[in-house]
Amino acid sequence: MLNSIFALLMEVARFDVMGAGIGAGLVTLGAGLGIGKIGGSAVEGIARQPEASGKIQGAMIVAAALIEGVALFAAVICFLIMNK
Amino acid sequence: MSVKLLTSKLLSIFLASALFWHFEAKASDEGHGGEKNFDISTMIFHHIGDAHEWHFADIGDTHLSISLPVILFSSDRGLETFSFSSLKAHDGHALVHQDYSIDHHGKIISTLPGREIFAFMPDAHAAHQEGAVKVYNISITKNIASLFLSVLILFAVFIPVAKGYSKRKGSAPKGIQSFFEPIVVFIRDEIALPNIGAKSDRYMPFLLTVFFFIWFNNLLGLIPGGANLTGNIAVTFSLAFITLLITVFSGNKDYWMHILWTPGIPMWLRPIMLPVELVGIISKPFSLMVRLFANITAGHVIILSLLGLTFIFKSIGVGVAATLFSTVMSLLELFVAILQAYVFTLLSAMYFGQATAEHEHDHADGHH
Repeated sequence: MLNSIFALLMEVARFDVMGAGIGAGLVTLGAGLGIGKIGGSAVEGIARQPEASGKIQGAMIVAAALIEGVALFAAVICFLIMNK
Repeated sequence: MSVKLLTSKLLSIFLASALFWHFEAKASDEGHGGEKNFDISTMIFHHIGDAHEWHFADIGDTHLSISLPVILFSSDRGLETFSFSSLKAHDGHALVHQDYSIDHHGKIISTLPGREIFAFMPDAHAAHQEGAVKVYNISITKNIASLFLSVLILFAVFIPVAKGYSKRKGSAPKGIQSFFEPIVVFIRDEIALPNIGAKSDRYMPFLLTVFFFIWFNNLLGLIPGGANLTGNIAVTFSLAFITLLITVFSGNKDYWMHILWTPGIPMWLRPIMLPVELVGIISKPFSLMVRLFANITAGHVIILSLLGLTFIFKSIGVGVAATLFSTVMSLLELFVAILQAYVFTLLSAMYFGQATAEHEHDHADGHH
């Protein structure tokens, strides 16, 4: 019986949409972890040396934008595979 | 009342009214049939995509939009110009004019066989016809009209700023100058000088142009009824391509030697490094293009999806929550607007800096 349910699911499953969804979720996970780490180190650095907070903030923004760029690459690819 | 108090009161009234702007401009996008199920993906594509008319709002049954000129060039008929309103009636159905009509997406199609409408690439949806006459679609679309508008705004802002500097030579800036001077100085001192160094004055015009162009266009796209210009990959491609051209044409010997013959690495690694470095020349501006496009488009899609939730659920409670969320997202998008302009400019400056870097260093193989 399990076999027949499985077979039915395999027939209706749209793998492209599923792949795009899982992909987008993984992308968000990766970006969140990466930028979270940057934010954490930046805040730690400011706590150690408040006078350098301007420079640290600037570096943090740049690094976060670069990581976000890669994350959005992947999001665009997920969107493309969903639409092909 | 002090100036501070008055300004803060005005600002809070302004911000509170912003909650209602969204409602008015987007709420009228309810399905034209009334009972039809609200199709959110059509609504989203309609708002972020390009079109031959500039659609502002639907007030009741009135379709508030400007029909833009359609310009088509073909080798057999030459240049044909007419307004888009001859292809699309007021109630939205397609008309035929001079053997052209529109499909359900609003794209121009030819009713005569053997003619293919060609914008930059052949239409992906239409079947490729062998030997078809190519009709080049060089119309003024919504994005192009927005591009002209933003260029006019840039001129209207910066020509007085420049004039102010020549009029008030040596004295303190006044008026609009005093708003833009800190930004221009920031770009020179924090973006250009640290990354490019001595030659930064040559690249400043481009960096300033690209910064303000991207920033103003991002902001224009956030206005209800605005066009999503920087979310158009052709536009971001052009900006990134110009960065690539400037990088390649200002590359000095050091730059090319680093790419073709990266110093200080063992011989067996060189066959791998060469293609990697060559791809790197292209991939860096490519990332500029995708980063700007995806950030702006994703922001618009998020705001549109949140607003669309109201129409899917058709409930006041969801409406209030969705409006609050989308206002917060719009504020975030305001920040993203200037951040993406800053990142594009900063990375372009870094690439120019790499291309023009003059440095003496000791190489392991000492061929310098």
